[in-house]
Amino acid sequence: MAGRTGRIYRIAGPLVVATDIPTPMMYEVVYVGEEGLIGEVISVRGDKAYIQVYEETTGLTVGERVEATGELLSAELGPGLIGSIYDGLQRPEVEIARSLNDIFIRRGVRVNSLNRNTKWIYAVDEKIRVGDKVGPGDVIGLVQETPIVTHKVMIPPGVSGVLKWRAGDGEYTVEDVVAVVESGERRYEVKLYHKWPVRVPRPFKDKLPPAEPLLTGIRVIDVMFPIAKGGKAAVPGGFGTGKTVLLQSLAKWSYADIAIFVGCGERGNEMADALKSFIQLHDVRRNRPMMERSIFIANTSNMPVAARETSVLLGVTIGEYFRDMGYDVLLVADSTSRWAEAMREISGRMEEMPGEEGYPAYLASKLAEFYERAGRVSALGRPERTGSVTILGAVSPPGGDFSEPVVRNTLRYVQALYALDYDLATRRHFPAINWLMSYSLYVDYVKDYMNERSAGRWEETRSMFLKILQREAELLDIVRLVGPEALPEEDKLTLEVARMIREGFLQQYAYDPNDAFSPLEKSFLIMEAIRRFHETALKLIRSNVPLFKIRELKSPYMVYRLKLYAPHEVGKVYDEYVKTLDEEAGRLMEGVRQ
Amino acid sequence: MKLLVKETRQITGAKGSLVFVKSLPEVAYGELVEIEVEGETRLGQVVDISRDITVIQVFGSSLGITPGRTTVRLRGETLKIPVSTDMLGRIFNGLGKPLDGGPEILPEEYLDIHGDPLNPALRVPPSEFIETGVSVIDGMLTLVRGQKLPIFSGSGLPHNKIAMQVVRQASVKGSGESFAVVFGAVGVTFEEAMYFINELKSMGAIDRTVAFLAPASAPPVEKLALPRVALTTAEYLAWRQDMHVLVILTDMTNYCESLKEISAAREEVPGRRGYPGYMYTDLASMYERAGRVEGRKGSVTIMPILTMPDDDITHPIPDLTGYITEGQIVLSRDLWRKGIYPPVDVFLSLSRMMKEGIGPGKTREDHHYVFSQLMSAYAEGQRLREIIAIVGVESLSEKDKKYLEFADEFESKFINQGENERRSIEETLDIAWDLLAILPEEELKIRDELIKKYHPKYRVSR
Repeated sequence: MAGRTGRIYRIAGPLVVATDIPTPMMYEVVYVGEEGLIGEVISVRGDKAYIQVYEETTGLTVGERVEATGELLSAELGPGLIGSIYDGLQRPEVEIARSLNDIFIRRGVRVNSLNRNTKWIYAVDEKIRVGDKVGPGDVIGLVQETPIVTHKVMIPPGVSGVLKWRAGDGEYTVEDVVAVVESGERRYEVKLYHKWPVRVPRPFKDKLPPAEPLLTGIRVIDVMFPIAKGGKAAVPGGFGTGKTVLLQSLAKWSYADIAIFVGCGERGNEMADALKSFIQLHDVRRNRPMMERSIFIANTSNMPVAARETSVLLGVTIGEYFRDMGYDVLLVADSTSRWAEAMREISGRMEEMPGEEGYPAYLASKLAEFYERAGRVSALGRPERTGSVTILGAVSPPGGDFSEPVVRNTLRYVQALYALDYDLATRRHFPAINWLMSYSLYVDYVKDYMNERSAGRWEETRSMFLKILQREAELLDIVRLVGPEALPEEDKLTLEVARMIREGFLQQYAYDPNDAFSPLEKSFLIMEAIRRFHETALKLIRSNVPLFKIRELKSPYMVYRLKLYAPHEVGKVYDEYVKTLDEEAGRLMEGVRQ
Repeated sequence: MKLLVKETRQITGAKGSLVFVKSLPEVAYGELVEIEVEGETRLGQVVDISRDITVIQVFGSSLGITPGRTTVRLRGETLKIPVSTDMLGRIFNGLGKPLDGGPEILPEEYLDIHGDPLNPALRVPPSEFIETGVSVIDGMLTLVRGQKLPIFSGSGLPHNKIAMQVVRQASVKGSGESFAVVFGAVGVTFEEAMYFINELKSMGAIDRTVAFLAPASAPPVEKLALPRVALTTAEYLAWRQDMHVLVILTDMTNYCESLKEISAAREEVPGRRGYPGYMYTDLASMYERAGRVEGRKGSVTIMPILTMPDDDITHPIPDLTGYITEGQIVLSRDLWRKGIYPPVDVFLSLSRMMKEGIGPGKTREDHHYVFSQLMSAYAEGQRLREIIAIVGVESLSEKDKKYLEFADEFESKFINQGENERRSIEETLDIAWDLLAILPEEELKIRDELIKKYHPKYRVSR
């Protein structure tokens, strides 16, 4: 297929039309112009190939050469991914800076995705021997990529046969051959890395139903609207609703083995801030810098639009690769709206028939293809292992309006919604997740896991919380008309407890060292504290104790303060609270009887 | 220097500011062209090329362009401007030509106005405080070097005065570093343009200011070029000359209207409310040029000003801007009617980089605490104002009345300030403490040692 070239026929922004390419293939990579700008064939009409170019096209002229490669746009997968900061074409940005010796990214630069000189310490996995039959996904060796990530070297998808030769333990670069697989006439050399096209989902043995929650340390998510490992959720929110802070918290604190943060058409300064905190902050469970399990894809809003799509696909492809090793991966994409806008721009230039608000009609199917790559699977090959890719996609609806096409279409494919609310944000309630609009369809799947860890209380208390919050919304409408004093005592108590749920439980300070991450045990204790208060207060009120007396007690304030204690102290404070509550309630009851 | 100049008279059509010509060999995408119309030379840019037809956007009107007679000449280069430190103290138009009657500058370099994206991996998170001397900004919405913080205003509100006050007063703590202001006015009226020119000349800050003006009557493409020309100059001063540059761009609503106009002329599919779908990307490609970079001493800080059509913050212009910038300063018509200047609505406003830029060594150790205390006390006062509108002031407790008093004083003493009044951050925070002293001391959620140090009650006895 090599040596196929054509000529530029038309240039319109990121879209270039070429003619005379012999048999152009859909989605093959082409090099455009003398500088060899990277592009991809996205449509073929007659003898014309429509190319979306991933770099700035200014200065190209009609008639320049276009070289077709016959290859699909692919990611390099192997040791060296962790800790990298890539652009949308998987070029490491630190390397770009070094090779250009400049603070800007200029077009046409070519650098390898994985460093070719780094020597990795490779250890043979003895379970597979020379002469064995091997197939895709079989683990033949291990590389300790960072102190907390063991990289499993697998037989790449599509390769099977007899293991003819293997290298011993030692230090190898990604290009060194570590095994040879033969099948009949065909001989395949296995290296520490292989390439995989970003538009093609990686194969697996079986897709499994969700079973366990992906704990995030954020109470409103973990307890109220849990996300399952392998799940998919959307986080829509207008500007200033704390979307980026929430997504960064999720990437930082979640119990994922690998976190991939895709900054797609977003702010450069925020990316810099996130990077800095990932280097400084330590993982709660393993006490190592978070960067040792993280990968960044930074395609900021001023970088070429077309590369927004590849940055999202690149992220999910790398995610699937680590999933295949048996890891739980969290992919955060901020923001899918910018990707949709890029599609709209290219579609407009191709003069396609526009759908709603100018978005192409295939917006929905593109979103579906992306979100469907999430999931929990049993991976190909030996040993048996399950891994998962969980996708959290931010959506930035214009004017905070959730009825716009990107939000609506996204909601068709995700199973959980964390709706960020402008009113909550202005009231400084963070995370500004609206409890009445948000939902999670994973509640039933994670029921057993959660009940087991909460002495069977989770399901019941959770629905009680939701009921109280719903009732609060109704009562507030009445209060607006008649004032709070007109309400019966029990309703007043509902308002009081709702406030306790909101301020003592749902609100969480991302910048407070004790509150930023709330382990499940701590969250359950606070939940239980509120439940107890509600139960006790209800009993008191039914014995004619007026609410203002209950309000004056010390115990409710203890509930509000619970979240500010470090996880290991909460248990002690909780016990004290229970004692105080019982004493105080006893005293009030005494008072009534006398 | 290109010796071979290519030109053609084969114009096949014209519409709005677009001219269609038969393609010349080797015409480059984005290249500049000169259009000769009856002795006058106009500039244009290639916006679409195919093998047969090249589409040219004229910088100016297409008035008088005649197929067969008008000559179109290729310049063989993209839009570049000459830059030099001599630009400080001068006033230019949207394409970088002097407007002040002075000579053309002697360029040290020619730079493409579109620039290149900063490498995200080399960015340093912004964290150095810029003192604007305006209490509500310094105290509540702190601006830091490398940030992009817009002012969302409405027609008739004093955003231009605020901008000029910031230009006059802005400085960075810790001297010995050079500081410059790049001022760009897009599509402003004759009156506004005169105001800006006179202010800049009279303020003495002119020596460290480069100004670009494109009046309302300028062709749309000059309005589109102006912010990029201003930012290219700012980048030159920041990255090559190690200066801390504050870029003020007003009024970006005019810029967006020009973008819409040109998009419509090109018959592009419109996005929301008639604005082109790529408006986010277009604005981002400019605002993202703000930043701080590893290994360079300078910085680019951007403060764009825009008027919200019909004061509507969900309009696409403020909405998309808010998604790009790191916060926003929102002006309130209610406060302005009350006679408060600058009329900043602190509830709708936000500086996302603030937490990085304040505190000990940057502003003062009590800044964080004073900020949240002012915020919550003012919110409480605001809430009580709504209540007394229904039930009257009599039903309030003494404590509540203090909060009401605080809210009034906060507006009239803290937010309100003279147009020529420059308050240091210490003065700003001290005023804040004077106001907090209105409230009962037990209401303050601030660490005791800070109260002992800064509360007026203890300050006096010290």
